[in-house]
Order: sequence, then C-alpha cells, then structure tokens
Amino acid sequence: MTLLDETLVQKVLRRALARGGDFAEIFVEEKATFSASLEDSLVEELASGTSRGAGIRVRFGDTTGFAHTADLSEAGLNRAIEAASSLARGSTSRAAEVAVTPRVFVPLSHDKAVPGSVAKDRKIELLRRLDTAGRGQGAAIRQVNAGYSDSLRRFLVANSDGVFVEEEQVRTRLSISCIALGDTGMQTGYETAAMTMGFELFEEVDVDELAARAANRAIQKLSARPTPSGPMPVVLAGQGGGVLFHEACGHGLEADHILKASSVYAGRVGETVASPLVTLVDDGTVSNQWGTYSHDDEGNPAGRNVLIENGVLSDYMWDSTQGSRERRASSGNGRRQSYAHLPMVRMTNTYLMPGQQSPDEIIADTERGIYVAKLGGGQVNTATGDFVFGMTEAYLIENGQITAPLRDANLIGNGPEVLANIDAVADDFAIIPGTCGKDGQSVPVGCGQPTVRITQVTVGGTAGA
Amino acid sequence: MPDLIEIGKSVVGQAAAGEEIEAYVVWERETSIRVYQASVESLTSAESSGIGIRVIRGNRVGVSYAGTLEKAEIERALAEARDNSRFASEDPHSGIASPDGVEAPALDLWRGDILTTPTASKIELAMELERAVKAKDSRIRSLNSSNYGDVSVEGAVVNSAGIASYTQQTYCWLWAYALAGTEDETQTGYGMHASRDVAGLDLGFAAAEAAEKATRMLGATKPASGLFTVILEPDIASSLLAIVASTLSAEAVQKGRSIFAGRLGEQVASTLVTLVDDPGDPRFFSASPYDDEGLASRRNVLLEGGTLKGYLYDSYTARKDGTTSTGSAIRGGIAGSTTPGPRATMALPGESSPEQILAEAGDCYLIQSISGIHSGVNPISGDFSVGAEGIRVRGGELAEPVKEFTISSNLQKMLLDVRAVGNDLTFRPGGTAGLTLAIGNVNVSGT
Repeated sequence: MTLLDETLVQKVLRRALARGGDFAEIFVEEKATFSASLEDSLVEELASGTSRGAGIRVRFGDTTGFAHTADLSEAGLNRAIEAASSLARGSTSRAAEVAVTPRVFVPLSHDKAVPGSVAKDRKIELLRRLDTAGRGQGAAIRQVNAGYSDSLRRFLVANSDGVFVEEEQVRTRLSISCIALGDTGMQTGYETAAMTMGFELFEEVDVDELAARAANRAIQKLSARPTPSGPMPVVLAGQGGGVLFHEACGHGLEADHILKASSVYAGRVGETVASPLVTLVDDGTVSNQWGTYSHDDEGNPAGRNVLIENGVLSDYMWDSTQGSRERRASSGNGRRQSYAHLPMVRMTNTYLMPGQQSPDEIIADTERGIYVAKLGGGQVNTATGDFVFGMTEAYLIENGQITAPLRDANLIGNGPEVLANIDAVADDFAIIPGTCGKDGQSVPVGCGQPTVRITQVTVGGTAGA
Repeated sequence: MPDLIEIGKSVVGQAAAGEEIEAYVVWERETSIRVYQASVESLTSAESSGIGIRVIRGNRVGVSYAGTLEKAEIERALAEARDNSRFASEDPHSGIASPDGVEAPALDLWRGDILTTPTASKIELAMELERAVKAKDSRIRSLNSSNYGDVSVEGAVVNSAGIASYTQQTYCWLWAYALAGTEDETQTGYGMHASRDVAGLDLGFAAAEAAEKATRMLGATKPASGLFTVILEPDIASSLLAIVASTLSAEAVQKGRSIFAGRLGEQVASTLVTLVDDPGDPRFFSASPYDDEGLASRRNVLLEGGTLKGYLYDSYTARKDGTTSTGSAIRGGIAGSTTPGPRATMALPGESSPEQILAEAGDCYLIQSISGIHSGVNPISGDFSVGAEGIRVRGGELAEPVKEFTISSNLQKMLLDVRAVGNDLTFRPGGTAGLTLAIGNVNVSGT
C-alpha cells in the first residue's frame, strides 16, 4: 500500500514549483509506536498510537519554505504547498520539468517479527523478566524501572530532482534502570538494547544478563568514592559507547556547521586533526544498528563515509541542502525526527576503527588514571570545539590495575586537543545505541569504539586529583 | 478550528459502565523563522492537532493517541486504549481526576497579534535582530542564526467524571546565536527575549545579550582547579532549580527515587531558599488555569526557608498517599504519560542585586553557560558535574573569561550551600523562573 498516490505526488511537486523555486519535495510519513513500562513491579501503562502526515519543502536560492500537515487530502496538501512556497518567487517556474522516476520501494529487510504481529503479553513478559532478574541481584536493589518500545515507520519521499523512494523501518528497544540503596545513599544503573529490527531482537539479546549488568552497576557504585578532579589519563572501554567521538568530532563534521564556519573543523580537509591512530567512520549501512537505514529522509541511499583517516580529515557529512550549496552530492546524512520537521545533516552510526593493542595491555600500561567502563551522554559546542561527556561506570587505575569504583561525573575537553591526545587504540569493538539531539530534533544513532586511551582529559569530580 | 471540548465529550461519552475515560485534545499553530546573513534560511509554518486517550477498566490503565482529529482515527485510538488496558497490572489507585471544587485562576494568556501579524513582519524582526547583534560590537564575526518563533496552543481535558477544562496560550520569542572572534579564536553566546505577544518583544535586549555573552568570552582560558563559590546567572539557576523541583514529584518520592523522600519538615536547603510552584502566575510562559488532568492550578509551597513543605501530586499519586491532588499533572504531549511534576517553579527573590552578590562573594566564578546537564546530573544519587563557561571574579569585580572546566558538587549539598538569592527574577519559555544564585563549596576542575 503506497502512502500517497503517484499522480498526486506529481501534482504536488508541480504545484509547489508553480511560483518559481529550485527544488520541491514531499515527505509523507506514517509511524505507529507501542510502549510499555514497569515500575514497583507493576505493569503501569501500555501506550500505542499512530501519526501520519506530510511535510512539503520548497527551496528558492538559499531559502527553504516548509509546511507540514496531518491532512493528506488534496485540499490539505494544497494549503501546505501555499505556505511552503510563499517565499518562492521569480519567473523561472520549473513546474513543467517535474517528472519523478519510477519509485524505489524498500520493504522491511527484517520482517521476521514486525511489532504489530507480536502479542502484547510477549512484550510485557520481557518487562517482568527484567524486574525479576534485576531484583535478583541483591537486596540492595530497591527499584526497577523497565521499558519496552517499538515503532514501525513508513515514509515516501519524492522531489523535483526525480527521487521517489518509499521505505519501511522497524525499531525495537528494551531498557532497564535500577536503583540500589546503601549507607551512602542511592545509586543507579542503566542498560539498553536497541536495534533496527523487529521482535527477533530478543533472539540475540540476553534479557537476564542485561538486567544483571544494570543492577550490578548500581550496587557496585554504592561503594564508589568521590571522583578525582583535574586533568589525567583516561581509558575508555570498547563496550562503553563511542559518545566521545560523537561529541569531540562527529557534530563538528556536519556540513551545516562547516558552511557557517561554526565548527573548529571548517576548512581543514586534508589536514591532520587527530592522532594517526584515529580513523573515524559514519556508516548508516551497518546491519541492524540503531542508526541504520536504507535511505535517509531525503531519499538518498545510506553510505559508509570515512571522515578521518589515520588522523587526516577526509570529508564532512552532507545532506542535500548543504550539498547543493557546494555543488556536491549528499552523503546520505539528511535526517528528520518526523514529517513535521525539516531535514538536516545528522550522524548515523559513528565509530572509531579498531587498532592493534589488546585492551588489557593498555590498562596495564597506564600507571594512574581513570577507566571508564560505561559512558553517559554528552554535549558539544561545535564553534569552540569544547565538549563534555558523562561516565556512569568508572574506576581508578592504579599501577596498571583497575581498582576502586568512582561516582558519576562529566569529563570536559576540546575536540582537536583530545583527538591529538589519543595514544592507544585496542582491537576490541562495540556499537552502542543512543539518541542524538540537535536543534530540538531527536534521532536514533549508534556510537562505537574500541578501547582507547587519552593521555590527558579533565575529569570533573569532587576529590583532589 | 474544531470545538476541542466537543471532541473530548464525544469520546468520554462512550464510557461503558465501570469504565473511566479521559481525553486530552490539542490544537497548535507554530511559526519558525531562521535568518542567516540577511536572507531567510528557513520558514516553517504549520498547524497540528491530536488526541491522547486514557482508559481505566477494572483498575487497569490503557493509553493511546492519534496525531489527527479525524473521527475514524479517534475511534481507533479509543479501541486501542481499551485493548492496552487489558495488559496493565491491576492498581486500586488508578483512575482519572474527579472535580474537586477548586476554582481555576482567571488568566488571560492569549494574544491575537501572534496570528494576525504578517509573516513578512516576523521575518523582518529576525533580520533586524541579526543586524542589531552585529552592530553591537565589531568583534561579532557572524551569527549562526537569528530566529523568530511563535506558538499558539489550545487544549482541552474532558473526562467521564465530569471534568471539561479548556486552556489557550500564545507566546513568541527572538533568539540569536552569535560567534565572536578572530581567525584564531571563536567564542559563542546566545541572546533571547520572549513575550506573550509580538508587540512585547524586546529586540534590543536579545541583541545586547547575545553580543555581550559572546564577546566577553574572548580570550578565555582554562582556570586552575579548586574549591570556590560559583555565582549562577539566572538561566543556569533555572536549570538547577528545575532538577530540584522534579525530585519533589510525588511519583519520584513514592517510587523511592527522590533524595527528599520521607523528609517533610526537615531543613533540606539554606534558609534563603523558598521554592514555590505556581502555574496560576501569568508571568510564567508555562502558566495555565488547569493542569493536564483538568484540575485547577494552585500555588504550592515546596520549600519554605529551606524546610521541605510538600510534594507535587496528580490524582493518582494523591490517592496513593491518601491526600488531594495539588493540580500538578503534566503530560508529555498527546503520546506522553501523565505524571505529577513542576509546572511553574520559582525561588522567591532575595534582596541583593547580582552586582551586590558578586561584590560580597569577592573571589569566585560567574557561570554564564553549562553543558552536559543530562549526562552530569543524577537526580537520584544527587551527583552533579557539568561543563561550564564564565568569568573569573576577583575582589568582587569581573576579571578574565574562563572556559573548558567543570563545576561539581551534589544537589543536596548545593541547596544547603546557597549563599545568596538574587532579586533579578526572570521568566523565559520553560517551567522554571531564573534568578542569580550564589553557591559555595563547588569544585572547579580545570588545569
């Protein structure tokens, strides 16, 4: 079933360019979501619903007009066209030229267990298992909050350059947050499993182990000591998530920041911007990862894009708007939260390529520092390059050994400086799911890395270093 | 524009015997204009609407939503909510709100000029803002963007217990993000002004703020680590107070994830801190006569002279504690769940001006921006560690700019370490007002 009739799609694009303009696009989306949560060992609330609508974009020079509507009738679309094309002007109407090519339809590539076909009680059962397994880790666990969610997103995108793509994406996510209580107060442990696939995710994920990891993290932190304060060597575990690279350079390599010269990486292609151990890739094609898709939200195929190779900046990430300014193709990084949002340059799965050393070797070679087993979120100011990222499970390294657990804290650094300070990269590797926020829009992404060491980064704890 | 109350009634009217239904209906219009280098980068205009439906059958809750007000979709959502309720745990306290006789404050939160001002005039405001920021200081290199935005929202909550509330609000804002510097250095700063109506926008205020924040950071270096008093500018204090208020939600307390559980009557903050949540105060852009369950807004005192006075309840958490709702139900949109939480929080202003606070603190840091609040503040353990930028204060005078450091403490400790509360109460979009706060014994981590 197509989301919008092909002749109506053609009509919309012609009408959108009737006043002039260089480019017109219609994006029609239907998204069904389901979620359930458990806390206090009670299944609290199942919530589900559907939204459907269209976003229409008309570009005239450097100006983009955008309007969205939930009314997919011809009249409803016409009102959106009117608003989106209100700023377009000029005699060069391209309306006559509009001809979309035969559509490309990408059905679900992983349709073993589409969410709607799975009984709700099977989803609930996962929450109860998390609760039992989490509480089973010890009496210190006083609260378990478990969440399940899935979504089926279908979209159609067609534009005046001839693109006509329909795609289906299914995503499934399970998360658990545990609270442990001890003499030192409360501590938390969080874990999540999330992939671009259906319920078959749970053929791969060990739900009990996921719960045990979250619960033990909370219990472990009850004996955590205050984290040191000041600059010191930091080893980031390969299983810990690659949020460092997402913040330290990922955002700064998005072409919208580059073209506005609001990134420390602007104008630096071909230059050394990192240690030679750093090869950074953004890859929307890694099978089933949280940031994976076949086509981006502008209808361009996802790509595997090498951003930094052996420390040298090779390219930025592009969407069609920024690409058109530089007369180059999109790299498949044009994404939007929903039909009600304008697409912009976004990351997919961003990761550092593994190196040669073993993780144990790197730790043993670190006399004193911090070992971050699990990273939290982060934030960056792309214009200054300053960024922070959190640690949610960390330990002291003393004489090459992992020792006392530490309380949660943020670390702060400057992108190019921290990238230059990477002096060891291990041969392990993992990609972790996350949610990336930019200009008020959230999209699913993956962050990956092997175990790495930074010779010096500032740790924001409360104890003297 | 459809009658939202009527749509709600048509849904809850279908409640079967022993069934409770609540409908939350919204209709929203928005404009968003982004200007870059004297041309419109993007213009977004849209109307959107939707409904969230909550059904309680046999003490089990089910929820559904539709991103449209089409009849067929509303019916589908109702059926889906009923089906979802079959799978929830039985909970004797579950249910919708009942009318409680409290009268809603009369609030006038709607200004027609948001809808009648031509788009061209709104574009001109964003253009003028860009010019004004650049004109303030030759060191302003460019603006990342200069923005005008507005929203007008109408909403209704109707339930089968007899509640039928209607609310409407407008507001608009100007927002600029400036880059200052030279070839070798870039610093950033934002400026904003918000108003209920277009006529009330103060463009000069937003322009001056963006220019000052960006240029005063030029030459910033990383400071030395140590224990200091930090002075939080109003926006930063607002972020901190929002987190504190969220821990006073009865839900967090009942589920054992609040550091303030079981501590009513205790001195949990400095005597300088009185915290109230008052959504009936029209100075808040989040003000509304009713909460998201349709109960009247009321003024709730959370901390008084540092003593913990109360928590924020919706009808569910109130039944669980054998008390009454404080009119604090909040809902994360049509697809969000209903929980109790802060809606319009402020610390009552003190006597001192920001300048007096700086002078009294002497040797300290003024914090103008923080980062990593999601990764660095854990409201359950209380651990607090965020990235910061600001100005070093020496002898009560602003000295050199500083950046790339963290400030760390613990939420509970920070409340007790409040040294001064400013008289500069400021309201911006969001549910928490800001004012200058001085907090002692904070770890600064730099070099």
